[in-house]
Amino acid sequence: MKLLKHENEQNIGDLKKGDRILLVDGVSVSFDGFKALNNLSFSIDYGELRCIIGANGAGKSTMMDVVTGKTKPDEGHVTFGEAVDLLAMDEPSIAHIGVGRKFQKPTVFANNSVFENLELAMKDDKRFFKTLFSKLSSEQKGKIEETMKLIGLTDLAYQDAGILSHGQKQWLEIGMLIMQEPKLLLVDEPVAGMTPQEVENTAEILTNLAKDNAVVVVEHDMEFIRSIAKKVTVLHEGSVLAEGSMDAIQNNEKVRKVYLGE
Amino acid sequence: MKRQPLVLKILENDKGGKIVLSTLAVVVFVVAFCNLFVPSDSIFYISTFTVTILGKYLAFALLALALDLVWGYLGVLSLGHGAFFALGGYAWAMYLMRQIGDRGVYGNPELPDFMVFMNLQELPWFWYGFDNPLFAFLMVGLIPGILAFVFGWFAFKSRVTGVYLSIITQAMTYALMLAFFRNDMGFGGNNGLTDFKDILGFDLSSDSTRVGLLIITFIALVLGYLVCRFIINSRLGRVVISIRDAESRVRFLGYKVEQYKLFIFVVSAILAAIAGALYVPQVGIINPGVFSPLFSIELVIWVAIGGRGTLYGAIIGAIIVSFASTYFTSALPEVWLYALGALFVLVTLYLPKGVVGLISQINSRVKKA
Repeated sequence: MKLLKHENEQNIGDLKKGDRILLVDGVSVSFDGFKALNNLSFSIDYGELRCIIGANGAGKSTMMDVVTGKTKPDEGHVTFGEAVDLLAMDEPSIAHIGVGRKFQKPTVFANNSVFENLELAMKDDKRFFKTLFSKLSSEQKGKIEETMKLIGLTDLAYQDAGILSHGQKQWLEIGMLIMQEPKLLLVDEPVAGMTPQEVENTAEILTNLAKDNAVVVVEHDMEFIRSIAKKVTVLHEGSVLAEGSMDAIQNNEKVRKVYLGE
Repeated sequence: MKRQPLVLKILENDKGGKIVLSTLAVVVFVVAFCNLFVPSDSIFYISTFTVTILGKYLAFALLALALDLVWGYLGVLSLGHGAFFALGGYAWAMYLMRQIGDRGVYGNPELPDFMVFMNLQELPWFWYGFDNPLFAFLMVGLIPGILAFVFGWFAFKSRVTGVYLSIITQAMTYALMLAFFRNDMGFGGNNGLTDFKDILGFDLSSDSTRVGLLIITFIALVLGYLVCRFIINSRLGRVVISIRDAESRVRFLGYKVEQYKLFIFVVSAILAAIAGALYVPQVGIINPGVFSPLFSIELVIWVAIGGRGTLYGAIIGAIIVSFASTYFTSALPEVWLYALGALFVLVTLYLPKGVVGLISQINSRVKKA
């Protein structure tokens, strides 16, 4: 199969539930001799919610950096949809074609209001000469308001995002991810700093999003993972150690040895 | 919703901008009126010297505005914006030189004095076309615009940021200064371009031309302000502020950061160049000193003192500091540079938002009390 380098959404192909949306194939990355990823291979299906766990330094963040275009690997392929070669694209093109990312440390735009943060994230024409004259349609406005309601920040719509608490920033990031309407969501530690009630809400939102998209969650909170995951991938030293249901993972000899420290 | 004129719409939530621009409008009007229509023996008469000085300050204000757009909003600290200002000034000065005709010291109808002095036989090719004011005006914007585009293209593509970017902008203006100091460059070397006689057919030494230039500079400042405010109010403006605050996050939202940076950088360079073109006929000379890194740094100080990231703060800063500079360099010349340096340190330490920040702080205290 020939990989298409086109930044064209058509090349994703017609995604149906169960089709493969992301293929990471034999990816290796090294920094100054340290192998952050070592022949990493796995795939994600459309409509799936996958959890990825691993100790610090197992390669979770590097994997996300590779998929979103921040880091170029030494070897391997990353294919999105049917035939889009993500390694040939830069960060904005990858974001544009439908890969959204929520960072571990929430990064919202401190000097823009909550409303504006969501506006900026919104799926729209993002070329500079378009944004100079673009106006929000009532439909777009409605969508932003709906999202604000979902993430519980309606009352703070016109406050600068910089004054939000850590938990509120987490919510805003999730809201921005929703506004982006990505087909594949990479979510790094979504529930850090959240109350149990908020964790429950997040689980619900992510599960809902996974129905018509694909969601990859990196998390340390095992209880949270148990509550949402059907399939878990364990990373260790830059490659996949084990993959399967949560129960299977917890009973896996190798995993117990390296990850759970038994 | 009621339809409003575009100007009012752009300035809708911009109280500071409205205050600064309308104050300046009054000052410009009074100065122009008292110069032209008040007899010169009256105490209300304002000298042509003052008219010219005010015109110069307003050109500086436009330059400061241009810098605030890249520094205050995009977060790119350019230490070489004087270069765009100087190039715009040189382009317009070339037109003014061609206007002199055979009225130079050597009376050569084809060549400006400095070329006769250098024994040139014919006009260098890059001086062609500058007889035409429209062509010259086009070049005022085009040459600095192209320089900014090429420079920005390489700098932003290779993701040079922060202090490294500041250093290379500084190197750019320094290199241009050295080049323009050379006589063989064909721009008058050390002495620069001067001895202008008239502009678009008007005698440059007459009062009414001086007042006209002041008014045109003021209009250019207002238009420049409106352009900047329009950009900042648009969604593009919000993207630009986000780039300043969290550049890589903006990329992951699907925005091509380099294009945005390039757009702002080029617009800013063109505004700076227009300021230079307005500066030259009023001051009557341009020389390579305007390319000096010191000047570019001084204009950073104007913006810092006025209050960066507000646009009108840049105007206030440029006018206050230039005014102080004019006063102190004649009253206490040896103190001025130290005072300027000290002012910059104090503002950075105690007034991170400049004079504008101080005013709004006082305002909110008064409201509380």
